[in-house]
Amino acid sequence: MLGIPDPAIWLGYLLAILSVAACIVYSVRYWNKSDDPLPDPSEKEKNWEKVEEKINEML
Amino acid sequence: MLGSIIAFLVYLFILTYLGYLGYKHTKNTADYLVGGRQIHPLIMALSYGATFISTSAIIGFGGAAGTLGMGLLWLTFLNIFVGIFIAFVIFGKRTRKMGHNLDAHTFPELLGNRFQSKFIQGFAGIIIFLFMPIYAAAVLKGGTDFIQSHFGIAYEISLLFFAAVVALYVWMGGLKGVMYTDAFQGIIMFGAMIFLLIFAYNKLGGVGTAHEQLGALYQNADVQPQIEKLVKGGFRGWTSMPALGTPIWWSLVTTIVMGVGIGVLAQPQLVVRFMTVKSNRELNRAVLSGGIFIIMMTGVAFVVGALSNVFFFNETGKIAIAAAGGNDKIIPAFIKTFVPGWFGIIFFLALIAAAMSTLSSQFHAMGTAMGRDFYQKSLGKKGNTILITRTSMLLAIILSVVLAFLANKLDASMQIIATGTALFFGLCAASFLPAYLSALYVRNISTKAVVAGMIAGFSVGIFCIFFVHEKEAASLQLCNLLFGKTSIVKDTGLAKLALIDPIIFSFPASVLVTTIGYFVSKNKNSESHINNCFNGI
Repeated sequence: MLGIPDPAIWLGYLLAILSVAACIVYSVRYWNKSDDPLPDPSEKEKNWEKVEEKINEML
Repeated sequence: MLGSIIAFLVYLFILTYLGYLGYKHTKNTADYLVGGRQIHPLIMALSYGATFISTSAIIGFGGAAGTLGMGLLWLTFLNIFVGIFIAFVIFGKRTRKMGHNLDAHTFPELLGNRFQSKFIQGFAGIIIFLFMPIYAAAVLKGGTDFIQSHFGIAYEISLLFFAAVVALYVWMGGLKGVMYTDAFQGIIMFGAMIFLLIFAYNKLGGVGTAHEQLGALYQNADVQPQIEKLVKGGFRGWTSMPALGTPIWWSLVTTIVMGVGIGVLAQPQLVVRFMTVKSNRELNRAVLSGGIFIIMMTGVAFVVGALSNVFFFNETGKIAIAAAGGNDKIIPAFIKTFVPGWFGIIFFLALIAAAMSTLSSQFHAMGTAMGRDFYQKSLGKKGNTILITRTSMLLAIILSVVLAFLANKLDASMQIIATGTALFFGLCAASFLPAYLSALYVRNISTKAVVAGMIAGFSVGIFCIFFVHEKEAASLQLCNLLFGKTSIVKDTGLAKLALIDPIIFSFPASVLVTTIGYFVSKNKNSESHINNCFNGI
């Protein structure tokens, strides 16, 4: 297959492509799915962002 | 040369401007979080991908494919399936939630807060600070090898130049507004690799024909004397897997494919990326672009690395490693010899981009590992944290440069970059992965079980690196000094163990000890803490 005689090689080639295909299918299938209320971030997330910003400032 | 300098300056200007834009944007937005939410998942995925993929993957592992063949495509498969799909879906979503619930900002902090253990945070911080420079050195060596080969500048000078550019980038604010700059770098990398793929297949007459020519090379009478040593080690051609159980098979399967393929799940600089994502929806969307990006990076580097043998043989009568003068020189020599000059400039920029996006996050991780995780949180010291963090980062940069300098003294036929990278990835998998997975999925596991698992994985890994796995033990010299041989199992009935990568022993050891600990020790973390950890999960 694909000019490659060893199945152990073309299988790796094929699986790499198929795994990309799986990523695309998964992404499209769950494109809008989220368990978070997007417009209203929690206090915890806001606090997290503030501390993160401080750490980056420090660096 | 002049074209390269101009292109490089334009590139630096764009990078600075984007960094400034990202920084200004986050500063001026009233609600940073809302502003952050507007970041497109494509930008996030490119940023993650650019951090994941470095010169190590393109130059080091691409060169390994030039020597060992297309078997490395199994690593591409793991890079996508494990490094993107499982990482984002199984680990990413819970990491994001738990990171916010526990106010964790580094990977050691996530583990430390989850298990309410200062020891875990400090121990993880120390491992990162001490061993990540090996990985950073591998990334530096990749860029340096290219500069040396492409511009004909001595390795030492190329290294200093490359390190100075990266340090300048970090100093200019490479750690701020990083999403945009990383994404820009990701786009350059993506464009360069697409060109490289089309160029290589097109020049060799198409996909099937190119592979057939590569396969036929193994049988060529002129090639046989050049691969004699490789064949003795188990090599059976660039389009075949090495013979089962031979030294090359063990190296390819356990070190290159499994070490990096699994180790990616516990990479501290990648784990923190999940916490910066604003919702699971973004992670779902990023899986698409992440998968495509990774196959275009490692997939192309490995295919072109292997195919470079046909190019070199047709031109010089030599196989790639012989013509290039070393495993890590294969991709740079290929670019210099066979692709148009203008592309050499683009590829140079792509490599700088690949290195900078990875190195800046590594330096960030190493600085915080020592300053925040070890000094401030684990030791409980107050004050001087900024000084400690910045000094640690500087020390990490210096240590990485020194290691990259020393790496050039090693045997050039070795996969130096790939081995260095795999060493760190393997050590991370053994030390952190069972703890990380337990943190996210096992509510009532005890801190003791996790600590025991981490220590077991790390200890077995270090022991194998220094005393058993000959590839590393021989270079590190300690085994030779103490026992007078390059591996303690050499010339014994267990000699085969010297070929097997440490991850094959250390990771199961960590899993086993963590599992035993789960059954024999009682979880003492309070129910309210556990509920807080898993809030919303």
